[in-house]
Amino acid sequence: MIIAHQLTKTFKDKKRGEIRAVDQVSFRAEPGRIYGLLGANGAGKTTTLRMLATLLQPTAGSATVAGFDVARESAQVRANVGFLAASTALYGRLTAREMITYFGQLNGLAAPEIKARLKRLSAELDMDEFLDRRCDKFSTGMKQKTSIARTLIHDPAVMIFDEPTLGLDVMTARAIVRFVRECRDRGKTVIYSTHVMSEVEKLCDTVGIIHNGRLCAEGTLAELRARHGEQDLEEIFVKIVGAEDKK
Amino acid sequence: MNWHNIVTVYLKELKDSLRDRRTLMSTIIIPTLVMPLLTFGIGKVMATVISRAQEEIPAVAILGGADSPGVVAAFKQSPKVHVVATPTDWKQAISDKKLRAALELPAGFEAGLRAGAAPAVHVYNYDGELKSDMAARTVEKFLTDLREQTVGARLSERGLPKTMARPFEFTRENVAPPEKVGGNLFGGFVPYLIIILCFSGAMYPAMDLTAGEKERGTMETLLCSPVARVDIVLGKFFMVLTGSLSAMCFMLLSMGTTAAVGGSLMMSGGGAPVKAGAKAARAAVEVMPTIDPLGLVGVLAMVLPVAVLFAAVAFTVSLFAKSYKEAQSYLAPMMIVVIMPAVVGMLPGIDLNARLALVPLLNLSLVCKEMLSGVWHWNYIALIFGSSCVYAAVALALAVQMFKREDVIFRA
Repeated sequence: MIIAHQLTKTFKDKKRGEIRAVDQVSFRAEPGRIYGLLGANGAGKTTTLRMLATLLQPTAGSATVAGFDVARESAQVRANVGFLAASTALYGRLTAREMITYFGQLNGLAAPEIKARLKRLSAELDMDEFLDRRCDKFSTGMKQKTSIARTLIHDPAVMIFDEPTLGLDVMTARAIVRFVRECRDRGKTVIYSTHVMSEVEKLCDTVGIIHNGRLCAEGTLAELRARHGEQDLEEIFVKIVGAEDKK
Repeated sequence: MNWHNIVTVYLKELKDSLRDRRTLMSTIIIPTLVMPLLTFGIGKVMATVISRAQEEIPAVAILGGADSPGVVAAFKQSPKVHVVATPTDWKQAISDKKLRAALELPAGFEAGLRAGAAPAVHVYNYDGELKSDMAARTVEKFLTDLREQTVGARLSERGLPKTMARPFEFTRENVAPPEKVGGNLFGGFVPYLIIILCFSGAMYPAMDLTAGEKERGTMETLLCSPVARVDIVLGKFFMVLTGSLSAMCFMLLSMGTTAAVGGSLMMSGGGAPVKAGAKAARAAVEVMPTIDPLGLVGVLAMVLPVAVLFAAVAFTVSLFAKSYKEAQSYLAPMMIVVIMPAVVGMLPGIDLNARLALVPLLNLSLVCKEMLSGVWHWNYIALIFGSSCVYAAVALALAVQMFKREDVIFRA
């Protein structure tokens, strides 16, 4: 479960002064459901997710992830989160096995447990062939599989995906989408940020549209379609963002 | 602080760094090769060049001297010079290195000597050119001998003893113990090398583990783990410190091995040791064992907080950078800042005092020089060790604080 309440993040910029990257964002993501955060580049998606993953401290507001407060219990939050983003890369000089084992150790797992989980993940993700090869020699697909195994090694209750298909080919992107669905089916709380409308339509149970750091609209796809009298998500998005810009 | 996590991060960074060519170069390969290269490479080349110059019988021309046949004949008979016909443009010939030097005897030189006049003789050479300088010195030696002979002859003509012109003799003798002589010779040089290698050993792991990770996107991956940031900093910091200390240890090991192997090779006459090279090697071998081993242990102890300081500073500066290249552009000029106090410490006449004992790096350079010479000023040693520890602790605290700053970690 993720509960964000009036979550705000401001940055100071020498030229532009104070920037409100995220402005009083509130939402709730439930276990066994996928919450999609839809927004253009620079809308505040990554900053919101980084606050939920405790990589950034909120300037104001609060959030709990898996029952832990992101500001006061950051280590417990991270222990219950699997964070996968285009910006979370692999150690090129380590093998996939070493990489996954390292993150198992960092999550406080014992060696036999890591071994057993690695064996299971490797079988599930079909990684046996390249498990002992160095990550810098991997194809994009191999890298994504290793990253997925890295996020799952500690079996987190919450999965955060920040534009995970960015720059990937169709086949790899499909594999990621399938994996996200599997996470939901296993009862995990999933939050998925993207600017790709088709991914939202395919995956998300609830959608939050974020623009200029503010959550402008929220609801299931059916609710959004009914509210805005449009079937096409792109049209709905443009309407909402346009109305927000006029304010 | 969780030591299990710190060790986990450290061991991963160690494994990662051992697979990084740049880190291996700066922490193991260069420190190991620097002494053999200096001794066997540059040292041997220099010794060969000097020896060849010494072996060469220089071509020297005589200007004038037609009315001084005795002096000219004596000069021509000297086995150390090869008198050649004077070229028309003899100055150009010296500049072109075809002629090493020229001796100009004034008109009526011999007659002047007999009459008791003081005729002026000129020696022409190419200043700064090794072979020409050596030729000029050979000519000057001939002239000095000739002057002494003339003085001797004049004194005996007047029935006066030779001591009239040379009333006393003197000699010079070293009374300092060998370890002090060795310490003085190596005392300035060893800390200088240690300081440079300690810093360069810290530089590459620091850049790779901070700016490098940011650039490759692995920093964010690491920060997603539940490990506290202070544990991550310390794990990474210990790796940078390992790089710094290993550079120093490999350099010292290499230095000892080079002295032992080089010495035995030269002493046994292996290969074709040239005279000057052998002499230099013998001198080095004679000096090396005389370095006080206790002094070397003292140097290692004093270097420890400085290595911590280097590791923390390199870590903090690199952490601020967005990319490996940016980190390089910050750290490379810092090398000059690091070298300056070490160079000042090597200068003769600068002695350790309470004020200098508080100047980082310069204090290390000066105290190492003393310790290697067997001089132990315990009050200064305590002051330097204490102040270095304080500087190192401040730098480390700064590194931890920097790592906690979002605007540094996510600097775009």
